[in-house]
Amino acid sequence: MEHREFGYRRLHSLLGVIPIGLFLIVHLVVNHFAVYGEENFNKASEFMESLPFLIVLEVLIIYLPILFHAILGVYIVFVSKNNYTKYGYFRNWMYFFQRVSGIITLVFIAWHVWETRIQIWLGNASLDFGLMEGILTNPFMFWFYIVGLISTTFHFANGLWSFLVSWGFTQSPRSQKIATYATLIVFLAISYIGVRAIITFAYGV
Amino acid sequence: MAEQKTVTFIITRQDSPDSAPYEETFTIPYRPNMNVISGLMEIRKNPVNAKGEKTTPVQWDMNCLEEVCGACSMVINGTARQSCAALVDKLEQPIRLAPMSTFPVVRDLIVDREQMFDALKRIKAWIPIDGTYDLGPGPRMPEKKRQWAYELSKCMTCGVCVEACPNVNDKSNFIGPFALSLPRLYNAHPTGEMNKSERLEALMEDGGISGCSNAQNCVQVCPKGIPLTTSIAAMNRDTNIQAFKSFFGSDHI
Repeated sequence: MEHREFGYRRLHSLLGVIPIGLFLIVHLVVNHFAVYGEENFNKASEFMESLPFLIVLEVLIIYLPILFHAILGVYIVFVSKNNYTKYGYFRNWMYFFQRVSGIITLVFIAWHVWETRIQIWLGNASLDFGLMEGILTNPFMFWFYIVGLISTTFHFANGLWSFLVSWGFTQSPRSQKIATYATLIVFLAISYIGVRAIITFAYGV
Repeated sequence: MAEQKTVTFIITRQDSPDSAPYEETFTIPYRPNMNVISGLMEIRKNPVNAKGEKTTPVQWDMNCLEEVCGACSMVINGTARQSCAALVDKLEQPIRLAPMSTFPVVRDLIVDREQMFDALKRIKAWIPIDGTYDLGPGPRMPEKKRQWAYELSKCMTCGVCVEACPNVNDKSNFIGPFALSLPRLYNAHPTGEMNKSERLEALMEDGGISGCSNAQNCVQVCPKGIPLTTSIAAMNRDTNIQAFKSFFGSDHI
């Protein structure tokens, strides 16, 4: 029996939460050091940079999972036919937003990685508070990052809800409803953590 | 005497499976308590469109006329439902009728739901009871469980959930929500449970349960109120466990 699609889709769902979702939270929390001052952020980013086997960790925990998730995700967007105009139910809108936010997030991450990680590799930039300050003091980039971040956190929080259904954790309508509220709190919390740091980078407050 | 009340239908018609669809408007005399089917019957009696031209009678599918057979599903004012249960008094006029877009059109409002019946075969939506000898009575089903399972058994393969699902379309191979719920019914049956793994394995094939993206339109539109999304989540759990069993385990029964 051919179960390739089943395996790919389950892997897609799993990778979105573990490790990508966990990485997202760690990333945003570390960024939040910026709020406690430039020095604190630089110390934290230096520590992250100095982790042993960094490149292996990055490839296995970040790059490959995101690449797989993104490629299959674009395919999933391609094979869906949105019909929220005819069937305007809450979950159907979430289905639409999950696809929109997925694409926005992909564009945002591609640009973000190019602007930071790749530029650092190329030797054009160094990983410190100044790098992000330089990017985010530009008002256009500030809003690009805000939209990109909110889109990412939404995609993660709503994806977490879907993950709970796809793995069969939340079955009853009641548990799925409570999961909706719980993931809403996750969305608001990690959005705050991320947005707060962006504001500090941009305006120093 | 007041002017005769009328009902206006705007119907998406198609003369053959390959011809282009077109709209035709009909105005028919109103009668109290009409449903969409009695309106279509009125058009059939006197197939003259709103412009006064004689035309062919509109074709549609129907059978039970009490919302249990699933044959008369069509898109009424934008949403898929049974035309027998669609009361004219409760519909906004003009009433727009169209065939369900997910299925191939046979003619006018008649669609071919063959893909759904193929899906039933794929997921083994039955309970095998035949043997080469008398197998005797099967295990008994607790009454409480029977009542619960009865709700799942109300599925009439009407196609409304398939029509409303954003993941069932020309580009995807997803079999549709109903076909993810029915294995739960057959797996819940004490005799059907003996072939549980076969149905779960079938659900895990391409176009099966992994095609669901939880838009949850199905449970909203199901005319029989079947808890489709609960069933899907339950089958998600069961197929995941089955996948672990068949990968790591060794008792493949």
